[in-house]
Amino acid sequence: MVNLSVALGKLKLNNPVLVASGTFGYGQEYRDLVPLRKLGALITKTITLKARKGNPPPRIAETDRGMLNAIGLENPGVEVFLQEKMPFLEKAGIPIIVSIAEDTPAKFAALAKRLSKTKAIAALELNISCPNLNKSNLIGQDARATYEVVKAVKRTTKLNVITKLSPNVTDIVKIAQAAEEAGSDVLALVNTFFAMAVDLRTKKAKLGNVSGGLSGPAIKPQALWMTRRVFKKVKVPLIGMGGIMDTQDALEFIICGASAIAVGTANFVNPRATTEIIAGIQKYLRKNKISNIKKLVGTLA
Amino acid sequence: MLQGNFKILSNKKVGPDYFKMAVYAPRIVKEARPGQFVHLRCSDSKQPLLRRPFSFHRINKNSFEILYKIVGRGTNLLAKKHKGDKIDILGPLGNGFDLKHPTRNTQSATILVAGGMGVAPLLSWAGKIVNSPESIVHRKKLYVLIGAKTKAGVLCEKDFKKLKAKVFVSTEDGSQGSKGLVTNLLKFLLSTIDHRPSTIYTCGPLAMLKEVARIGRDLHIAGYASLEERMACGVGACLGCAVGTSRGYKLVCKDGPVFNLQEIKW
Repeated sequence: MVNLSVALGKLKLNNPVLVASGTFGYGQEYRDLVPLRKLGALITKTITLKARKGNPPPRIAETDRGMLNAIGLENPGVEVFLQEKMPFLEKAGIPIIVSIAEDTPAKFAALAKRLSKTKAIAALELNISCPNLNKSNLIGQDARATYEVVKAVKRTTKLNVITKLSPNVTDIVKIAQAAEEAGSDVLALVNTFFAMAVDLRTKKAKLGNVSGGLSGPAIKPQALWMTRRVFKKVKVPLIGMGGIMDTQDALEFIICGASAIAVGTANFVNPRATTEIIAGIQKYLRKNKISNIKKLVGTLA
Repeated sequence: MLQGNFKILSNKKVGPDYFKMAVYAPRIVKEARPGQFVHLRCSDSKQPLLRRPFSFHRINKNSFEILYKIVGRGTNLLAKKHKGDKIDILGPLGNGFDLKHPTRNTQSATILVAGGMGVAPLLSWAGKIVNSPESIVHRKKLYVLIGAKTKAGVLCEKDFKKLKAKVFVSTEDGSQGSKGLVTNLLKFLLSTIDHRPSTIYTCGPLAMLKEVARIGRDLHIAGYASLEERMACGVGACLGCAVGTSRGYKLVCKDGPVFNLQEIKW
């Protein structure tokens, strides 16, 4: 029997396969299709302090081997989340990671504080790809801003903190190191790439928001490279993601240095992707006589 | 709602770029209602990546049919599938049409307004209206208006006639039926029928739905539309297929695809 369990800081997972924020709603949406109990952990759709109505449609566009989205952090706000979404998640039987976003360190801390009171929450993921920390940049594009947000949250909560990095930067290592220095227990990478698509017939952008985030197989090589670079420069464990569709993709991220991986866009294409990948990793380890998944992390030759 | 691989019973060309596919899927049809849809994988590869949504065109005992037009990569691949091939289906999804929709009595008329491919969900709904024991709509008072650009785009006329509905056709170039938009045909029908219509059900291009909504509002006739939007997950998780309504953004995949015409912000 191979050992698939992994530790992300204090967070213990039965296996290294997670579902990425924004691609799995609040779990309930997939209850008929995916045995949630089998997942390593579930990361929720991002929550903010107050409800957000999101961006004008169209919010989705398909591109070559990928998709664009510009949802705009639509969510019911933290109070409604706790009342209406958390009871289902509490019964899911797996670690629940709540993704949070705000525009200032103080508001991030307020969210973290509110969520720290709920026992069933295993960790927080800081979505620092949300626009504006009192400037036109994403928080995750600025090492100092990243540091301040992570620090503010760490001061407030004992919960495990995962910082989700943006790939839209000149040097992702600098941001990763800032998050690590501020005490982030885990790093997750990467979020989506800024991108757009044009409808030639109407000469309009295909997204109502004009720009959006690119995900799917198209971004995998870039995400792998960033995972590798960050792995070499930081000590905290990484959750790798970006276009993972199947077992081979997942193993590539693990070999490049990810302790765990998250499946995102693939959930839309094949809701069984996660359970197929868990079985596939098991099979790979057995075949290659690797007793423990941890022995595979970062083994790129 | 379930995901599975199901066998294609037939995949036939029914017009210039139009195809009808029948799939053997007892577990899906058991739950299926007119107005709901299935989310199909057109290919096992990563290109095209996302599933494609299709409404139930017919719901039979052990199988269902979809009607589709080749518009891009996904539907092109779909048209190349053969009888006996397996296809990955997620469904049934969405809310569907509801026989309990308001203001009906046996004396009032029900009108279906289809634009182009809009006939797709309306045929299965017409069948339910006519054949369901719970339905109180008299089949003699079911009107079906089909609009298309040209004669070649007029679909399912015979199928609706088989249900004994009163079928009227309009084409923009006048090659079949009355010349002009189907919404003009609707206005004409409403000015001539002697029993007061209770409900309009419609599906088609956005501009047409908007005009049907305006007509319905002016004449105080209830109406429901099956909407389309770019979709990723199909199950309400990604929040991608939002549509603006008087209750805020709602999801076409989960809150719809059938919406009250008057709640949509056109």
